[in-house]
Amino acid sequence: MAKITYVEQNGNSHTVNVENGLSVMEGAVQNNIPGIDGDCGGGMSCATCHVYVKEEWFDKLEKKLDGEEDMLDQAYEPKKNSRLSCQITVSEELDGLIVNMPEKQV
Amino acid sequence: MIKTDALIIGAGPTGLFTAHQLKIIGLDCEIVDNLDKAGGQCIELYPDKPIYDIPAIPECTGEQLTINLLDQLKPFNINFHLGERVDELKKNESNWEVKTNKGKTFLTPNVIIAGGVGSFEPRRFSPKECAQFEDKSIFYSIKNKKIFEGKTVSIFGGGDSALDWAVELSKNSKINLIHRRDEFRGAQATLDKVHELQKIGKIELFTKYQLKTVKGNGSLESIDIEHENKEIKNLKSDYVLGFFGLIMQLGPIANWGLSLNKKTVEVDTEKFETNQKGIYAIGDICNYPGKLKLILSGFHEGALAARACFKLARPNEKYRFEFTTSSKTIKERLGVKSD
Repeated sequence: MAKITYVEQNGNSHTVNVENGLSVMEGAVQNNIPGIDGDCGGGMSCATCHVYVKEEWFDKLEKKLDGEEDMLDQAYEPKKNSRLSCQITVSEELDGLIVNMPEKQV
Repeated sequence: MIKTDALIIGAGPTGLFTAHQLKIIGLDCEIVDNLDKAGGQCIELYPDKPIYDIPAIPECTGEQLTINLLDQLKPFNINFHLGERVDELKKNESNWEVKTNKGKTFLTPNVIIAGGVGSFEPRRFSPKECAQFEDKSIFYSIKNKKIFEGKTVSIFGGGDSALDWAVELSKNSKINLIHRRDEFRGAQATLDKVHELQKIGKIELFTKYQLKTVKGNGSLESIDIEHENKEIKNLKSDYVLGFFGLIMQLGPIANWGLSLNKKTVEVDTEKFETNQKGIYAIGDICNYPGKLKLILSGFHEGALAARACFKLARPNEKYRFEFTTSSKTIKERLGVKSD
């Protein structure tokens, strides 16, 4: 279990407990957190679970697969610290993770 | 006006198999899809990715699955209306009248929404000022390449579409190719060609840049692109092309008075009917307790929705359940010999 904080573009923040093994995207969808769509259900094929991760956490996450970077090309306003939240798996080590959501997903 | 027993919206796997089920029980159908080909997400999002959970098919790609489903429809004469989006739906006595963006009208007692997560639309540029130039100076697909001749064209994207068009249009236009990172995901051979064209000054390449803003009075004059390190460059541009792939949007379906839950349509699990009589939702777009977004669930939902269509399409006949292995009528419809 890890506490994950999702911050909307307007500053609204939602902190929830997410079970180990779920993705950060699933944590948002299951808790009805606005701002993450996850249209393809975690198949790394839609880029609608795009989040920004601040440096201190970004470096702790497992590295991106090639396919994730390819999908981020299609995301809304991708930045250096962009990730697809369906590709971040929750574990104890991620307790306290903060992700920022883009203005919109498409 | 096209009259039919059932109109299927969406030619993905669920829509295709549902057409099969309708034809098997003796109903006509027409299929509309916004994409220019059948297959839906299978063909648009993951044509090459293997799928492992289609019953009795240990492994197949999205493309193979689509080919197989189309093969299964071969005995039947089904009209596909591809590259068309269903825009309007209204009640016409006991039928639904459905209009597409190309001006076609269907009259049918049954509308089956098998729309996946919605219709595929191009992903657009984020700066808001882009909207006023759309379809004039900013395009997300190319219909007539002649308009670019002798002009400066700025192309954004890192996939095959961006690379292919950069190479093609460089024959008669000055090209800027702009991408958010150094790596391109398009074919290596095309990328090599781009680098060759760059050396001889036909294509100018800007990586780690994204579109910041567009400028012009009526017609586009120039664009600002911003580097990862915030540095801004101004490029003279007559046209801007964006190739960021497609995104699924619920689109006009959202305005049809259906009971929605997030981006899905609520249905019952007997007929997969929505809160509107004669409108069904099946596949990824429908929602009910326990819903799984699996292709196999879409097949089941389609089979049941097809039987529900029978009642409204043939109010004076009684539907009789039959197996394809033994029914003479079904074999006739399939054009195969009975024993």
